[in-house]
Amino acid sequence: MSTATPLLNVQIDGVWHQFPKGTRVIEACMQAGKFVPHYCYHPKLSSPGNCRMCLIEMGMPRMGPERKPELGEDGKPLINWIPRPQISCAQDVAEGMGIRTDSALVRDCRHGVMEFLLINHPLDCPICDQAGECQLQEFSVQYGTGGSRFLEEKVKKPKRVELGPRVTLDDERCILCSRCIRFMKEVAKDDVLGFASRGSHTYLTAHPGKRLDSNYSLNTVDICPVGALTSTDFRFKMRVWFLKETKSICTSCATGCNTVIGSRQNIILRQTPRENDEVNACWMCDYGRLNFHYVNSEERLQKPQIRTAAGLENTRWEVAMARAAEELKGFPAAQIAVIASAKMTNEELWLTRRFIDALGGPAHDVVPRTAEADSILLSADRNPNTRGAQLLQVCGEQPGSRLGEIAGKVRSGEIKVLVALGEDATQCGFSNEDLAKLSSLIVMDILPNATTASATVLLPASSFAEKRGSMINGKGRLQRLNRAIAAPGDARDDWEVLRDLVQQVTGSNGVYLIEDVFSQIARAVPGMNGLTLSKIGDSGVHLEDGKEVTAAVEKAPV
Amino acid sequence: MIFKNIDRPGWTIDIDCYLKDGGYEELKKALGMTPAAIVNEVKVSGLRGRGGAGFPCGAKWGFIRPGETKPIYLICNADESEPGTFKDRYIIHQDPHQLLEGTIISCYAVNARLAYIYIRGEFPDGARILERAIAEAKAKGYLGKNILGSGFDLEIYVHRGAGAYICGEETGLIESLEGKRPYPRIKPPYFPAAIGLYMSPTIVNNVETLCAVKHIVRMGGGEFARIGKPNNTGTRLLCVSGDVLKPGYFELEVGGVTFGELINDICGGLRPGHELKAVIPGGSSAKVLRAGERYKLKSRQPDGSMVEHEVGLEELPIDFDSLAAAGSMAGSGGVIVMDDSRDMVWALNNINEFYAHESCGQCTPCREGSLWMKKMTERMLYGGGVPADPDVLKSVADHIAGRTICAFGEACAWPTQSFVEKFRDEFVAYGAKYGNGETGS
Repeated sequence: MSTATPLLNVQIDGVWHQFPKGTRVIEACMQAGKFVPHYCYHPKLSSPGNCRMCLIEMGMPRMGPERKPELGEDGKPLINWIPRPQISCAQDVAEGMGIRTDSALVRDCRHGVMEFLLINHPLDCPICDQAGECQLQEFSVQYGTGGSRFLEEKVKKPKRVELGPRVTLDDERCILCSRCIRFMKEVAKDDVLGFASRGSHTYLTAHPGKRLDSNYSLNTVDICPVGALTSTDFRFKMRVWFLKETKSICTSCATGCNTVIGSRQNIILRQTPRENDEVNACWMCDYGRLNFHYVNSEERLQKPQIRTAAGLENTRWEVAMARAAEELKGFPAAQIAVIASAKMTNEELWLTRRFIDALGGPAHDVVPRTAEADSILLSADRNPNTRGAQLLQVCGEQPGSRLGEIAGKVRSGEIKVLVALGEDATQCGFSNEDLAKLSSLIVMDILPNATTASATVLLPASSFAEKRGSMINGKGRLQRLNRAIAAPGDARDDWEVLRDLVQQVTGSNGVYLIEDVFSQIARAVPGMNGLTLSKIGDSGVHLEDGKEVTAAVEKAPV
Repeated sequence: MIFKNIDRPGWTIDIDCYLKDGGYEELKKALGMTPAAIVNEVKVSGLRGRGGAGFPCGAKWGFIRPGETKPIYLICNADESEPGTFKDRYIIHQDPHQLLEGTIISCYAVNARLAYIYIRGEFPDGARILERAIAEAKAKGYLGKNILGSGFDLEIYVHRGAGAYICGEETGLIESLEGKRPYPRIKPPYFPAAIGLYMSPTIVNNVETLCAVKHIVRMGGGEFARIGKPNNTGTRLLCVSGDVLKPGYFELEVGGVTFGELINDICGGLRPGHELKAVIPGGSSAKVLRAGERYKLKSRQPDGSMVEHEVGLEELPIDFDSLAAAGSMAGSGGVIVMDDSRDMVWALNNINEFYAHESCGQCTPCREGSLWMKKMTERMLYGGGVPADPDVLKSVADHIAGRTICAFGEACAWPTQSFVEKFRDEFVAYGAKYGNGETGS
């Protein structure tokens, strides 16, 4: 807040507070600890004032004959109360304003609105996906009346409407707050939703010939205060109160939208955005949100494997790691290459760099992923941690610039050992024939692919939802992943696998916890000095100029 | 005055007829005045808006800031839709140039260069008549560029609504004119005079109000103010329907007649053998007045003191302040008379059907409450009444009035509030039907 913003005196429920000019009345009330229930109001959208749930009593100072406020015994202005209740979502506080959030009139307004909202509502909570996180339910308990006075037939409206490929609408549950319409118009810039018909028969629909197929469509489900808009992917999958919620970040592009992973019994059921005004406000794209089903795949790699005459065979970790070390030790650095991933965490990248150093500095790079960006959240860089890979020297300024050279050397036979960490080499310039020429192919990954099929040592690892660690988004914000579920079978945390690989090559390095790895990074990178994983917090830390940090880490002792 | 040419023998709607009768002379006079002088005359005249709310016209015009840099728009609200109201249509159909002249003068006064006449979709003939009149006026130099050599430019466009009552609400009208659903805007901040059409200052006036401006220019604000009584000046177009022998439309001095005089002297009285039961004084949304009620009115004595006196419905003068004092409103001038043959639950259900059908559905209380009230009165009529009905009806209306985005909330709640309160016995009787074991139809 700028010190130039004047503070205004506002009386809320008899107590005088100060708020910066420009504070919305409803926000001022909440800051004063007086929650004002609301449906249509959303701090990131325009205020239509249509739900009428946030009605409060409002007044302005009573003016004396000389146009000066009359003061009461306490020296504070006397309030002239406006007889009609006012909405609190569309006005800013003013000097001397009086607000009542808990008067008999306000309570009666809330009773009235709750009753109106429920008379034509299907009350199908037992089978509604929103149950448990529904504001109709919440405010019914807090502000509603127990009984029903409605003896009439309810209004019938369309059910199970496929508004688009990912969103299903139940118009009978809709309370016509217009949040979704405003989101699509104001944030997603794709004005496809609107109301049709009028009065109590009004219903939400997509404009004729249009579908709700925006890459941001599922945000409408998040902001829908009731069960009208549901995620086609998630609906009927799980009662929300059974979901374990884990704060994390999306790893589908360099934006790093903050998320909540909803899981139960080691299965991810949904991913929803978590508010962070420095990154993603309240939103995330559908692509990132739904990009988790592979984690639940039955195909997941669960056992370490080594190649024998009979092909790949399951084995124990000790055996697989010993075999990897053995294969590596037989070759000089010039005959080894490491392909890492910009989808790895900083901790994994740091250990990868230690691994590269321990091997004497073989050729290495990460695999770039780019696609078209949009002007909202989706970044052209579809790797979540390119900045981390650059900072920790696992790739150069141009990620992927050395891949062609490495592939050429594999093809010519110059490179005989390839370590592929979380990347399918056949998707970045290596053919199956190239891989067949290798003496050794050590692969760490989570799902089978052409590269894992050719591996001599295969190390099953963890997905983004199964591990802790940190990443740096495209704008230089250091953010944290958290473990939502356990990795399947014998699959391990990537950082542990990498640590063990380093140990196999160099002997013990005394790293037992992921916090130790982070501490090493934090000591080496001046911009991160003093940070710990826990200090990053839920909303991340913005790092200073990334380039300076990169230069500094180059000089740091290994 | 305003109805001078309505049903006048030999009168035609073409501009030549209007000009022969001295038409557009007030425009010439106005163009010789400063806009500020006209605004001042309108303020002095005491003219109150004739659309329903009765807001002082001069004060409304005064909201336009001097030196305004945004374009200023004027909109003529010709979306005459309030049940019981049929005055503006006669002006449009029979005397379109009077409306145009009043509109052009008003635009000059508020410095608007573009005006719209928003006419309800159900008046296709009216729209055609206005468009023809606009073309005639343009051809004669009363509209368009450099009107009568004054340097003042003005274009007027006719915009037809698509059949929604809510388009008569001025901010709903503006949204509709902008091509959107006519959802009324929240006030604050969207007071049309500050943020109106295309986010620019906009004056919205009723047809009758704009016509009155012409006469204010003709006779001067002071002279106009001598018609009627203080704060209730000029004439009023009253539309009388219902149980009178000679219903119709009449131009009367504001407060010049009482309901008794209107019904018995002007409208030929009630049907023989019937007694007056109720009057809805200002369009269907106005609170009903029950025969036999007593109202306390205050009147200013010559010495300036206020004296209170009590009158019955038939002695109640028809003006803004008297009707407000009687707990209702002058509204749009639609007077609906009901005699003792009328079933008040039936009458209210009729009104409720209208408002349930016309609620725009934007805000919760009106959207859900208007249909609920209609369903209740309908159920009562068809034999399903329960004893709680009168109280629930009243309470639903109480939860609407004063809690909505626009005045439709009051418009749909006031009938129910007043009917149930004043004719409670009839509602109780219907409410007891089901409880008495009668099954109804």
